[in-house]
Parts: sequence; C-alpha cells; structure tokens
Amino acid sequence: MDFRWDIVYSYYDMFLMGGWMTLKLTAIAVTIGTIIGLIVALARLTKFTPLRWFAAIYTDVIRGTPLLVQIFIVHFGAPKLLGFSLSAMTSGLIALSINSGAYVAEIFRAGIQSIDKGQMEAARSLGMTYPQAMRHIILPQAFRRIIPPLGNEFIAMLKDSSLVSVISLPELAMAGRTVYGSTYRVWEAWLPVAFVYLVMTLAFTRLVAWYESRLALKAHR
Amino acid sequence: MIEIKGLHKKFGSLHVLRGVDLTVAEREVVCIIGPSGSGKSTLLRCINHLEEATEGEIQVEGIHLTHKETDINRVRAEVGMVFQRFNLFPHMTVLENITLAPVQVRKMPKVEAERFARELLTKVGLSEKERAYPEQLSGGQQQRVAIARALAMKPKIMLFDEPTSALDPEMVGEVLNVMKDLAREGMTMVVVTHEMGFAREVGDRVIFMDEGVIVEEGSPEQIFGNPRHERTKAFLSKVL
Repeated sequence: MDFRWDIVYSYYDMFLMGGWMTLKLTAIAVTIGTIIGLIVALARLTKFTPLRWFAAIYTDVIRGTPLLVQIFIVHFGAPKLLGFSLSAMTSGLIALSINSGAYVAEIFRAGIQSIDKGQMEAARSLGMTYPQAMRHIILPQAFRRIIPPLGNEFIAMLKDSSLVSVISLPELAMAGRTVYGSTYRVWEAWLPVAFVYLVMTLAFTRLVAWYESRLALKAHR
Repeated sequence: MIEIKGLHKKFGSLHVLRGVDLTVAEREVVCIIGPSGSGKSTLLRCINHLEEATEGEIQVEGIHLTHKETDINRVRAEVGMVFQRFNLFPHMTVLENITLAPVQVRKMPKVEAERFARELLTKVGLSEKERAYPEQLSGGQQQRVAIARALAMKPKIMLFDEPTSALDPEMVGEVLNVMKDLAREGMTMVVVTHEMGFAREVGDRVIFMDEGVIVEEGSPEQIFGNPRHERTKAFLSKVL
C-alpha cells in the first residue's frame, strides 16, 4: 500500500476545518438539547397529563427513529411545510438538537429521580413550593450526577453528527467525502477523518473520566 | 392548634390509618408510640400534608388542610418537621441549609436570616460548624442542624418523625437534649418516638397507636405505669 502523505497534507486544512465544524455543531446541538431535555424531563414529571404525554411521545418518537431519517425529514420536509428551504447548517442543527434533547431528557429524568425523595419532602416541609424545591434543592444535586452521562451524550453526538454530511454540511465526515470524491484515495481520505474523530472523542472521554473521579473523591470526603 | 377528625389514609389497598381523632393544644408535647407499621409516621406526615388524607378532616391553626383551596405552603411554613434520616441538603453548607427557606419562603433579608441561623446554631450547640457540609458532620450533629433548619422558619408547631432512630446510641442524648430545651420553651410538639424515657420525661401526653388507630392515650404516668389495654401492655412489655 502506498500511502500518499502529500494528499493528506494538501487537504489538511479541510480536515481541520471539518473537525472544528463538527465540534461546533456538537456543542451547539448538545447545549440546545440540554435546554430541551430539561424542559421535557420536568414535563414528564408533572401531574399535568397532556404535558406528560407530549413529553413521552417526543422522547419515544425521537429515540425510536434513526437520526438519519430525522435529518432528511427536517431538511427536505421544511421547504414543503414552510415554503422556503433551510440551509444545511440550520436543518442540521435543528435535527441534531431535537435528537439530543430526547436523550438528554432521559438523562435528566434519571438524574432527578435518583435524588432521595426525602430531599423534596424536607424542602416542601419548609414551605417551599415545588418549583422552588426543584430549583434550589433537586436540580443542583441532579446536575452534578448527570454531568458524566451528559459527557457521554456529547461524545455520542460528536460521532453521530457525521450523518449531517448527507445534506452536505461541511463538517468532518463531509471533508472525507470531498477528499475522496476529488482524489479517489480511500485511505488518504478516511483515515485522517477517523483520526480527528478519535482525538476528539478520546479527549472528551478523558475529561469525563477525570470529572467522575473528582466527583467520587468529593463523595468520600 | 391541631385538630384531626376521623382521619383515614389508604395506600392503594393498604389501609394505614383507620379513623384517627386527635387534638393537640398550644404548648403541648404529645408523644406517639407504637409498633412499626402502626401508622404513627403516616399520621405525622398527614399533619403537614406530606401525605394526603383519604378521608377525614385536619385543621392546623384553624386552617383546613383537607380543603382544596387551602394554600398548603402557608401551613407548612408554620409547621416544622424533623425527619428520621435528617434530609439535610448535601450541596449546601450548614448555614445555607438553615437560611434557604427563610430567605426564599419568608422573604427574610439574607443578613437577618444568617444572624438568626447563627443564634439557632448556638442554641443547638453547633456554632462552630456553620461552614461545614452535612457529610462532614456526625449523625447527631446533622439532626441538630435539621432541628435548627426547621426552627429558622419560626414555626408554631414542630413535628418529629423518629428523630433518633437513625442515630448511633451515643448520639441520641444530644438530640433529645435539644428537644427537651425546645419543650421547656413552650414549643408545641408532636413526637413519634421509640425513646420511652423521653416520652415519659418530656411528654405531656402519650398516645399509643396500633394498626392504624389510637388504642390508648393519657399522661405518661398512666400509660407507662398503668396501661389499660392489653395491646398497650404487650407493646410496653417488649420495649421497656
């Protein structure tokens, strides 16, 4: 196998820019997903039935259908529904955020439910309202516990975001397609892509592991 | 201060309270004793609406808890509760634990809440612990902080749900002493307890519950010295 380093080198800025775009996409999608997830998780825990149903349907539908299909529906469905088309960036971000929101909602729900129910009772017994107790007592404790699974969601999204290359969003996987398309060199196109993904996911895995160990240390103080 | 009439509580098919009538007067200390599963804790939890009554009436300070339009948070602010497992907020310091509710619920200025919190910490003997986190304290210390936290709302009534049951034996005394001081100051108290010595010494009235009803009530002397019911006798012979 003759590996042409010169091809990799001549496209290196495309790989790096693609990686940067992937990172940006993921960060924005998970951030919006976290906001959606928090709202949906709280909705799932209310006594108000229609809201609870809506939240349950949302998480079921999103988690029960492939992200690739969701991306197609958003990107090619939007023009039919709205009368104007969305840029790849916009529909990519919408699809990824909505997708992330469903997974984050489940993470939040598990986190909130893992807090001892005595905490809510103590807060309520002091005269705090449900929202006050959530805000001051339950959520701050739940947040600490969900940072590791949230980190894992970030890593999963980092990889899954490669699917938006199907709508030609210029992220990392799209860089691979572009390089392959113009050179027809498999290894030179896809190995650098795999490498950049790996560097990013390893970095985040380490970060999450470090946070977890710090958390464990604190718990056993 | 507290008036309960015909209280029933069911958890699904489990009938935990089967018609309880209870009146607690101002400055009175009522101790509730009885075997586990007798409904003592459920009764206590109904008084501040942590459990919803299935049937019957509960009035606290003249406010009907069982009426739909009652603002339950207003009642709860007047009724302090101390739990078996302390339930301190682990992400907050001792001082923050105590000041949170006065600031959030009573809208007390923070400075004033902190001043009062320090006063309460001195009272429960933990003035040097205000910056500590709950996990850094012993069980007895945590429970004393929990008492201070409840007192910070300046409640008119204090409910204690087996406050010493989760404690190592050597720490029971320090918590009971704080409760005795509180009783002496004239706090209205309802105490579910297995500490018969405390009930005898501090209680104005002792209530024996079994299988969801009040079997017998009377002065500590009468209940401990001369119980009338067989069930009371059988229970006391096991625990005394």
